[in-house]
Amino acid sequence: MADFLLELRSEEIPARMQAGARAELEKLFVRELAAAGVAADSITVWSTPRRLALIARGLPLATQAVSEEAKGPPEGAPDAAIDGFCKKNGVTRDQLELRDVKGRMTYFAVVNTPGRAMADVLSAAVPAIIRDFSWPKSMRWGAASLSTGSLRWVRPLSGIIALFDGEVVACEVDGIAAGRETYGHRFHSAGAISIAGADDYAEKLRAAHVIVDQEERAAIIRDGAAKAAAEAGLVLVEDEGLVVENAGLTEWPVPLLGRFDEAFLEVPPEVIQLTARVNQKYFVCQDSAGKLANAFICTANIAASDPAVVVDGNRKVLAARLSDARFFWEQDQKTLLGGHAKKLSRITFHEKLGTVADKVERVAKLARWLCEEGIVVADPALAEQAARLCKADLVTEMVGEFPELQGLMGGYYARAEGLPGEVADAIRDHYKPVGQGDEVPTAPVTVAVSLADKLDTLFAFFGIGELPTGSKDPFALRRAAIAVIRLIDANSARCLISAVARAWANDGTTGPGLQVEDFLHDRLGVMMRDNNVRYDIVQASTNLGTQLDGDVWRVRRRAEALQAFITTEDGTNLLAGYKRAANILKKEGHSVTPAEAGASGGSAQTPEMPAFAGMTGGAGITLEGLGYTPDPAEAALIAALGEAAPKAAEAIEAEDFAAAMAALATLRTPIDNFFEQVTVNDPDPAKRAARLALLGSFRDAVHRVADFSRIEG
Amino acid sequence: MNDATSFAPALRTPTRSFQDMILALHDFWSAQGCVILQPYDMRMGAGTFHTATTLRALGPEPWNAAFVQPCRRPTDGRYGENPNRLQHYYQYQVILKPSPPNIQELYLQSLAVIGIDPLAHDIRFVEDDWESPTLGAWGLGWEVWCDGMEVTQFTYFQQMGGFDCKPVAGELTYGLERLAMYIQGVDNVYDLAFNSAGVSYGDVFLENERQMSKWNFVVADTEGLFDLFAKAEAECRNALAAGVPIAAYEQAVEASHVFNLLQARGVISVQERASYMGRVRDLARSSCEAYAEKMTPEWEAKFPGWSLV
Repeated sequence: MADFLLELRSEEIPARMQAGARAELEKLFVRELAAAGVAADSITVWSTPRRLALIARGLPLATQAVSEEAKGPPEGAPDAAIDGFCKKNGVTRDQLELRDVKGRMTYFAVVNTPGRAMADVLSAAVPAIIRDFSWPKSMRWGAASLSTGSLRWVRPLSGIIALFDGEVVACEVDGIAAGRETYGHRFHSAGAISIAGADDYAEKLRAAHVIVDQEERAAIIRDGAAKAAAEAGLVLVEDEGLVVENAGLTEWPVPLLGRFDEAFLEVPPEVIQLTARVNQKYFVCQDSAGKLANAFICTANIAASDPAVVVDGNRKVLAARLSDARFFWEQDQKTLLGGHAKKLSRITFHEKLGTVADKVERVAKLARWLCEEGIVVADPALAEQAARLCKADLVTEMVGEFPELQGLMGGYYARAEGLPGEVADAIRDHYKPVGQGDEVPTAPVTVAVSLADKLDTLFAFFGIGELPTGSKDPFALRRAAIAVIRLIDANSARCLISAVARAWANDGTTGPGLQVEDFLHDRLGVMMRDNNVRYDIVQASTNLGTQLDGDVWRVRRRAEALQAFITTEDGTNLLAGYKRAANILKKEGHSVTPAEAGASGGSAQTPEMPAFAGMTGGAGITLEGLGYTPDPAEAALIAALGEAAPKAAEAIEAEDFAAAMAALATLRTPIDNFFEQVTVNDPDPAKRAARLALLGSFRDAVHRVADFSRIEG
Repeated sequence: MNDATSFAPALRTPTRSFQDMILALHDFWSAQGCVILQPYDMRMGAGTFHTATTLRALGPEPWNAAFVQPCRRPTDGRYGENPNRLQHYYQYQVILKPSPPNIQELYLQSLAVIGIDPLAHDIRFVEDDWESPTLGAWGLGWEVWCDGMEVTQFTYFQQMGGFDCKPVAGELTYGLERLAMYIQGVDNVYDLAFNSAGVSYGDVFLENERQMSKWNFVVADTEGLFDLFAKAEAECRNALAAGVPIAAYEQAVEASHVFNLLQARGVISVQERASYMGRVRDLARSSCEAYAEKMTPEWEAKFPGWSLV
């Protein structure tokens, strides 16, 4: 057993690519080992800006001899078949063996591959790894690039160390021969360093001011920054992404704290933090009260002769950035948000959907309508005002410089010009919720604007047929749909999407409302599946009689109750009874199922709420109405239905879905007994008709709760 | 011995004089075998537009050059009131083709020559890829940071004019004013010492910035500019048709700058902008292509086996 060290030294590898490069190096190395039929006890991969390194421990000195045999054609087979077999296995005819296979003499090729020295395996593996290495972006360089076939690497590759058991593994890639020499820190170390093997690599580099383990550098930065902040009486604003990035930019990280002019603190803290982070890769600090402090922490790559000089240089750069930010902050406020909003008519939202100003106009109307209808309980005037200003910051200097501050800056500017707090908050938060973990707004004015903005996006893009397909969703409509669902859900913003669409379209039609409704149901199904509610259960819950339920809030609750019910024994059995009843009815041509009616789209033209009144369950069938004496089980089902159906209907009307399920549960035993003891297909046509009608009532009662025909199983 | 022959230049003091910094860079890159060129005598937005960079990046022949290029960015004008922003400033360009293996070391030596000690200042190579759709060009490289300030753009050209660079050239673009501000420890560009005889950068350029900012933003006759654009475009086509792609390229550079002026005058709408940029791109790329195609027979003859594509 022996260890292998590989170092691929290059010019500075982008920080963001290093984690991927480590994984790629390990993957390719393992692939090469696997091809040789060996494995290492352990593999460690490191990266710095200037090198990728891999140490594999416990490799065998040679691969195992392998004997492989292949069964060929029988004796006497045509020459072509035998020659083909020989060729395929790389043997000559006289090397074939004849063996008895179930009484038939058959040719066998036995190929003995002797073990290979591990060093030989590695000397082939290293060039293969380098050539096959996949970088997000790679380049050519130097004299060899006279031909486009020259080696590609992320930046020029300058040296290779390949040592197995302390010996150089002979190999060469594009004129770079593997050896044992490397270079230390660019400025703290001069001349080549000779590495003996895997064991002294990290320590020799450390002596040359290179910490090769990225985790160790990250720890130095993390701890050093926290310590520097603490020494200044401050608290570091932790930022793990920045830790990793700085670890990828340094071989000898030295966190240094500096101060900037306190006057800059008049600029919003988010702006300062973003400038420091994005442009300069600095950490920021807070005081003990959680307020942003006038301090930054940069991570130098040297143990500077005078750290104060480095800090001062960085301070100046940050000051220039912050004075730009302050200039934007002041400049933007010279115009009121309403003035900025006018400039939105110069920005195209989408070539078929007009300008951003057009969008704002639609959103403002819709936000007002949502409030007027009481869907969101907020002052319609405030909602409209906030909506009219919500995109104004897109044309400000600050958001032009930092697009990620959209909304936030609008909120600041709104507050600065003395607009109501609700309006400023709505402008600030109307993009939310953005991602899965993002908080959902609950302030009413914000909810109105956010909901109107996202619904407008959905209606508008569906209206021009720009729908998401497969993995393509360029206008993030899925995200908008999820945000709509979450907003409705968290705020009980009860509405029929088709009714909202009617208000949006404002031309007497529902516009793309029904398509959007379908899309929301689909997204709801996907979302709820993540919460272990089956997709088919959600589908079953979108139906109300023959109507799709456009109230996302209600669909969700119905689905939750249905999921809970269907997993009980009563639920499972009731579903079985339902399926049986539905099958019989279908066979008898006893009217189409609501599911079919809904799916055809024809009946969905009417967007209004299905009338609950008049749908009072199986009350239509009475014992007295039958012209014969029913079987006991038949009578029991009639009675049970007479009781359960109105109860379920009432519960549905009260939107108490658990109670509706409980009412259905009482039908389980009667329906089971009915099927066990009663023959539907009675020779007496009156009995047959009455029993079919009874099953029809049962099915209808169930459908009023949910469309059980869509439930699988 | 007469006076002329007894002249010996004073020792350069790049840390205290803008012009000495430039001269020190010239000395250094001259010693590396570079041709020291003078600025291109046209208005342009970046040193990369100099034919010594764009056109010479094409083809197989070795080419090493260094030069100062004045750059005009009309929209960056601040009437001389911003300590960091200018509508006219200098870039120092070095182009080394093929890129030598020690190009990073050479670059760091050049910093040392103008007074930057890498153990006193934190020098970093931070990913920054470069792309110029106008020139059909892109490359990979870094922005070089000195104590957190970007002082140089360092690029390995991969494509130019839509052609693969064979071989690849290394391009260094130093921002001279910000480097000088750094080295001289000055917070305002106009306070830079231009020479060692008491002339400041402001003495040379402040009034120029005031007047040119005003002209760029307010005065320039926009109809005249539209006319200039159309004429440059037409002349570029004329030169292309006549088989003189270098002349065509000059007109593309002219059109590009006139477009920048129109932008500064605020008379190009968002929609028109893309169309104008497309026209400039078309001129520049056509010129680069025509140049490469015209030169290809000569290049192929000198470098057997080499091909343009």
